[in-house]
Amino acid sequence: MIIDLPRFIAAQRPVWAELEELVVKLERETSKGLTFAEAQRIHLLYRKVSADLGRVATFAAEPELRRYLETLVARAHAEIHETRERGGGWNLWRWFTREFPRAFRRQFGAFVISVAITFAGVVFGGFAVALDEEAKDAVLPEQFANHLGDPAKRVAEEEKATKDRMGGSHASFASGLMANNISVSIRAVAFGMTWGIGTILLLFYNGVILGLVGIDYILAGQIVFLFGWLLPHGAVEIPSILIAGQGGLVLGKALVGRGDRQPLRRRLRAVSGDVATLIGGLAVLLVWAGFVESFLSQHHEPAVPYWLKILFGTLELGALAWFLARGGREEKS
Amino acid sequence: MNSELRIQTPEGIVFAYPLAGPVARCAAWAVDFFLILLLVYLVSMVVLTLAPLSFDFAMALLIICYFVISIGYGVATEWLWRGQTPGKRMLRLRVMDVHGLRLQFHQVLMRNLLRFVDMLPVCYAVGGAACVLGQRAQRLGDLAANTVVVRLLQQSEPDLDQLLAGKFNSLREHPHLVARLRQRTSAEEARLALQALVRRDELEPGARVELFAQLAGHFRESVTFPAENVEAVPDEQYVRNVVDVLFRTRAS
Repeated sequence: MIIDLPRFIAAQRPVWAELEELVVKLERETSKGLTFAEAQRIHLLYRKVSADLGRVATFAAEPELRRYLETLVARAHAEIHETRERGGGWNLWRWFTREFPRAFRRQFGAFVISVAITFAGVVFGGFAVALDEEAKDAVLPEQFANHLGDPAKRVAEEEKATKDRMGGSHASFASGLMANNISVSIRAVAFGMTWGIGTILLLFYNGVILGLVGIDYILAGQIVFLFGWLLPHGAVEIPSILIAGQGGLVLGKALVGRGDRQPLRRRLRAVSGDVATLIGGLAVLLVWAGFVESFLSQHHEPAVPYWLKILFGTLELGALAWFLARGGREEKS
Repeated sequence: MNSELRIQTPEGIVFAYPLAGPVARCAAWAVDFFLILLLVYLVSMVVLTLAPLSFDFAMALLIICYFVISIGYGVATEWLWRGQTPGKRMLRLRVMDVHGLRLQFHQVLMRNLLRFVDMLPVCYAVGGAACVLGQRAQRLGDLAANTVVVRLLQQSEPDLDQLLAGKFNSLREHPHLVARLRQRTSAEEARLALQALVRRDELEPGARVELFAQLAGHFRESVTFPAENVEAVPDEQYVRNVVDVLFRTRAS
C-alpha cells in the first residue's frame, strides 16, 4: 500500500498544526504547566501524529514529510515524557538556601573523602616543611612567593606597615581572587571526569600547600597571625574547595560505577543535578570569600585586632557548617 | 561512532537525529569564540571609560565581566535558545538531552563548565578524542551532562506538484492498469523512483539518462500499458507519470 500523499497531507495538516502550536506554547512557557484539558488534548494529538509518522515511515517514500513529522513527534515527546521539574520559576535565593545544602548532604560521603585527601596533603606538607626547609621553595607556586621567606619577618613587616599595602586596589584584587578561585574549583569538579584521579591530585596538592604554609607559621611561633590572616576568608574558601573536590569525586564515582549496576548514562544522570548545584553554590561562597580576603584578611594589627578577625572567621565557619547541615531541611518533610 | 541518535518513544515510534561531527562542532565553536572575543572587547571599551572615576573599580568590573562572559556565554545562550549558541545556530546544530527530553539547566551548566577538561591539553584534544571514539560523538562534558549535539535538518512539507506529472498523465486513461501498477510496486520501489525525481538535477546528464532508462524499463516491464499511450513518452516523463499515479490516487 502506498499513501496518497497530497490527500494525506491535506487531511492531517490541521492536526499537525495544532500539535505544533501546543508544543511551541509548552516550550516557551517554562514555568507553567498545562491545564487538564490541554494535557489531554496534547496527548491525543501526539498519539495521532505518532500514528501518522508510523504510516509515513512504512507506506510512503517522502523523506521531507517523514523528517517533518519526526521532528514534531520528537518535540512533543520531549515535553510530554519529561518528568523532571521544569526549569521555570527559578529563584536564586531559594536555590542557594535550600537546594545547595540538600545536594551537599546527599553527597556527604564524597565530602568526607575530599576532607580526608586534603588532610593527607596537609600532613604531608607539614612534615615536608618541618623536615626540609627547602620544601617551600620546591613546592609553593609563584602566587605564594610572599610566603617563601621567614614567617616572623613577614609578620613584623605587615604589622609595621602604616599605609594600605594594597594601595587602593581592593576591588580589583577581590574580583581577581573570585575569578581565580572559582576557576580552580570548576577545574577540581571537571577533573572528576578523569575517574576522579585529577580531583584527588588537585585536592592533595592544595592540602600540601596549606600544610607547608600553615606548619611553617606555627613552627615560627606565628599561630595568632596565621589564624587572624587565614580564618576570615579561609573559613569559607577552604570548605568551598573541599566542596569542589566533593563534586569531582561524585562524578568520578559515577564514572567508575563500582557497586552500581546501572548503566553509565543513568549513573551520570543521577548525580549531574547535584554536581551542578554544588558548583553554583560554591561559586556564591567564593564571591563572599574574595571580598573578605581582599577587604579584611589583608589588614593586620594594629589596624584590626587579631582576636576580632579570628572571632569573625570562627563565626563564619560555624554559620557555614550550620547552613550546610540544616539548610533546606524544614521543607523536606 | 554512530551517525545518528535513535530514540524509541513508549508508543513504539522510532525517530532519529543525525549527530554532529567534530568538524561542524569545531566550526560552531570558532564562531562562538570570535563572538566572545568581540563581546569582551566591546565590554572592555565601555568599562574602561569608568577608569578616570576609579581605576580600581574599572579593573574589578573588567575582570568580572571577562570571567562572566567567558564562562557564562555558552550557558546563557544554550539555556535561552534551547540548546543553541549563535555558532551552533549558524551551523544548524543543537544540544539535546540524550533521551530526547527537555534540556535542563543543570545539563547546560555541566556541559559548559566541564569544557575545562575537554580542552586539555590543547585545542580540545581530550574532547575531540572522546567525540571520535565515543558512541554518540559526545565530549566529556556531554557525557557527564547526558547531552548530545545534533544536526538540524530543514523542515518543510514536500512540494509534490513540482515533481509529479502535471495536468495530463496518459497512464490515467487505464485505471485498471494503474491499480495493478500500484499493487505490484513496493514502497521501496516507489521511494526510489520519487528520490530519482527529487535529485534529478544533481545527476550528470549521462547518469540521469541511464538511471531513468532503467527505472522506466523496470516499470514498463512491471505493468504493460497500451503502446499508443506510452510509446512516445520519454523515460524520465514515464517515471514522472508512474510516480504521479503511485502517490496520487486521483488526478488533481
